[in-house]
Amino acid sequence: MRNPKIYLFLVLFCTSFWTCSIAEEVLSFSNKDYKTRYYALLEELRCLVCQNQNLADSGAGLAEDLKKEVFTMVESGKSDAEIKSFLTLRYGDFILYKPPFTLRTLFLWLGPFILLLGAFSFLIFHIKQRQKNHNKNPALNNDEKDTLARLLAKEEDA
Amino acid sequence: MKILNSIRIVVPLILFVGLAIFLAIGLTKDPRLVPSPFIGKAAPDFNLSRLYSDSEITQGVFLSDTKSIRLLNVWASWCPECWREHGFLMQLAESGIDIIGLNYKDEDDKAKAMLDKSGNPFTAIAVDLLGKVGIDYGVYGAPETFIINNKGIILYKKVGGLNPQVWKDELLPVIQNYMSSHEKS
Repeated sequence: MRNPKIYLFLVLFCTSFWTCSIAEEVLSFSNKDYKTRYYALLEELRCLVCQNQNLADSGAGLAEDLKKEVFTMVESGKSDAEIKSFLTLRYGDFILYKPPFTLRTLFLWLGPFILLLGAFSFLIFHIKQRQKNHNKNPALNNDEKDTLARLLAKEEDA
Repeated sequence: MKILNSIRIVVPLILFVGLAIFLAIGLTKDPRLVPSPFIGKAAPDFNLSRLYSDSEITQGVFLSDTKSIRLLNVWASWCPECWREHGFLMQLAESGIDIIGLNYKDEDDKAKAMLDKSGNPFTAIAVDLLGKVGIDYGVYGAPETFIINNKGIILYKKVGGLNPQVWKDELLPVIQNYMSSHEKS
């Protein structure tokens, strides 16, 4: 590398993501079920700062705060549903990686299947149309016969 | 056959134009914006200490009839955008807007230093050291500004710094709309 400034840029670039990097903390749970549920929840909840990461992977300040909240709630006996409700009440459905299946999100969930069905039906329709047309006029008409004759004549000459 | 042919051309064209418009509109939106579920709902309760005194401050601060609407501004000394919007907050305060400050995950000394340096636009400041009240309000970054009426209902939430353009385009319409439909108060 010729320009030493590139090194500086690379270092700054790589370290600029530090807030979104993994941060490990040793937690003690009162029972195993709590521990499993805690980690399962962290994978299902989005970090709103680094929006493509879940809370489990994010080291952002808000993620740490939310992890503490989830930990406290799990330890105090709250159910998964209660914890998710607590968070969606404050941050909306976006905080859940799995959007709930409601009237509003119907298109989101079923959209791909609807599109697939539509494309598939169109394909079948199209094939059937072509089959029908082919069966209607299997033979060449007069114009097509002349064109064929001309082309074959050219072939023989060449 | 001719009609079928023109349908074959026109329908995909219409679908394409429709999709293009849909996507073009999408391009103007900020995908990182998380809409607040609090619009139209009551501002959550809180009980915090103040920055400049030992007395406590609660959500009751929004309920006084002296003003129809107030701003709740989430700010901190570590937040560069907060420094940038500070001058405009001072202008708003001077023009009579009541701004309550929520000092978010900050240190008292640094917060006070910032206000010493750039001025204090807040009529009251609640100190949210751990960010718990922030979570209750759905705060995910600083600065954020809420418009709250004197019944304690959140009318609007702006994520990001305030400036004259944002004020004119986003907040002022909400405020004017509220004021005109509540002439009597």
